[in-house]
Amino acid sequence: MSILIIQLLNSLLYASVLFLIAAGLSLIFGVMRIVNLAHGSLYAVGAYVTAWLAGRGIALGVGLGWLFLLLPLGALSVALIGIVIEPLLLRPFYRRAEEYQLLVTFGLLQILEDLIRLVWGGTPLSADTLMDALPILHIGGLFYPAYNLLVIAIGVVAAVILWAVIYHTKFGVLLRATSQDRRMASALGLNVGLVYVVAFGIGCFMAGLGGAIVVPTQAAVLGMGVDALIIAFVVVVIGGLGSLKGALIGAVVVSFVRTAGIQFFPELELAVLYLIAALVLLVRPTGLFGTT
Amino acid sequence: MTRRVQLLENRSLLKLAAAAAPILLALIALPSLINTYQVQLVIYGLIAAIAALGFNLLLGYTGLLSFGHSAYFGIGAYSVAFVVAHLGPHSMEFYLLLGIPLVAVTSALFGYICVRHTRIFFGILTLAISQVVYSLALKLFWVTGGSDGLRVPRPSLFLGLLNFSGSHGFQFFIKSYYYYVLGIFVICVILMWVIVHSPFGKALQAIRDNEVRARFLGLRIRRFRWISFLVSGTFTGVAGILWAPLNGLTTPDILYWTFSGEIVFAALLGGFRNFTGPIVGGIVFTYLRTYAVASTEYWQLLLGVVLVTLVLVLPTGIVGAIARARQRLGRRNAVA
Repeated sequence: MSILIIQLLNSLLYASVLFLIAAGLSLIFGVMRIVNLAHGSLYAVGAYVTAWLAGRGIALGVGLGWLFLLLPLGALSVALIGIVIEPLLLRPFYRRAEEYQLLVTFGLLQILEDLIRLVWGGTPLSADTLMDALPILHIGGLFYPAYNLLVIAIGVVAAVILWAVIYHTKFGVLLRATSQDRRMASALGLNVGLVYVVAFGIGCFMAGLGGAIVVPTQAAVLGMGVDALIIAFVVVVIGGLGSLKGALIGAVVVSFVRTAGIQFFPELELAVLYLIAALVLLVRPTGLFGTT
Repeated sequence: MTRRVQLLENRSLLKLAAAAAPILLALIALPSLINTYQVQLVIYGLIAAIAALGFNLLLGYTGLLSFGHSAYFGIGAYSVAFVVAHLGPHSMEFYLLLGIPLVAVTSALFGYICVRHTRIFFGILTLAISQVVYSLALKLFWVTGGSDGLRVPRPSLFLGLLNFSGSHGFQFFIKSYYYYVLGIFVICVILMWVIVHSPFGKALQAIRDNEVRARFLGLRIRRFRWISFLVSGTFTGVAGILWAPLNGLTTPDILYWTFSGEIVFAALLGGFRNFTGPIVGGIVFTYLRTYAVASTEYWQLLLGVVLVTLVLVLPTGIVGAIARARQRLGRRNAVA
């Protein structure tokens, strides 16, 4: 029974990280109609920056409690990268064919993957001191780190905040207006360029936050971004590209299937995920909650 | 009317032959001028050109961007490895005989699913399916060897007429294999030329340019896209079949989606809006990649920068840029 609870918690942990990545990807697609292939790499950058900062912090003797402030810092640094990338690289492509948009983000992916290697080298970077700083809970005779519960909580809080921003603030209205009709929004006097930068920044922040909160539980390694992107694709395909609710449901479905897969059919775990994605695309091309 | 069209087409085929003859002669003379390593590199280039040529039938002529062509390349390569492991005869013809139908059937099957969608959803669907193949190759290690891959020894060519087991086997193999691949490359180019200039090819371009009008003309759009997908996947699969014995090993890397990205990159590098673009792109990309890998540890960074600048500055690729420069020159001459 307690094994079941632990697996349930593990699924939720994975779901919360996946939601952060997929929601960012979905938000960016929803607003600017770009599928950002470099999104997973931005998630990896978040993980690396956080792990690196944590290492610095420990070396400088910063108190353990203060180290938790590094999590939003790692996410913010990714948001900054996003704010630079959008006007510089992506803006020239909104009017051009989709092929070019995909290719430019694919080029960006290659650049980011190697920049990570250039800056932090090939050895995994870990920040497990953060995880050890929190106590370990006893659940029915089994041990479970309290940090994992923190990750789940951050995922839930992020989902609520994002939902509130998009549906209950003025900026959310601007965002949705731009996403529905860019030219009309522009004609009504909206600063579409600014909305794009901010939306891309938020999307990148989410990816960075995902990386930042995951790195204490597992080390940052090369290639983590590319793998994460593909899983995030599965999530948004199941839930619907551009839908926040879809990203949430998709993340939960994927993480539960994956946890069950690792338990019961480890050889086919990944294949089953992609098959589910392909099936959903066949039956409902816009995903379970997509609109367009 | 039809006769005149045919005449015109014959003339264009003649024109192609006239333009290609010097290049072909140069390619035939090439191995006696350069060393074995360079010959090997040219073979890789020709194989990449076949893969990009096939890929471009979908992107350039049908208007569908596939991000999953690694699957057909990989299935071609793995089919060779399976034949080696389970069936025995190490003959290239045998590999082709078994591999081509296998690739054709799988691309027909996957294509049937994928062509239900267009645009970005088509891209994601092809990607998802190729990832299914990848994860199966990675996880079913008792069949595929997992991440270690499967070994492919040097096959005999021309039904066992040429064998390469002696001490100088490698050099001899590379030279003979060069002509073998060159032959298949020429066949592929001619076949593709005929396909894109046939009524079928014209129909594909009509669908690419305006789906609604094409439908009003009575074209069965999905069927056309499906056949285009089948042909495209099969060409890329042939490239995979040829690649396996040259590389000597098949690993899941060639099934991973980033390899699909490299095929897209190659087609774009040459220019996907014209026939010769992907051929040039495949060869140039092979050199670019090889020298990037040799010169720096951070070759991926270099390739990424090249790709981004290319998309920003030269969206029509190398061939497109040359054509435009020539046009501009011609106009200037005409004015003068």
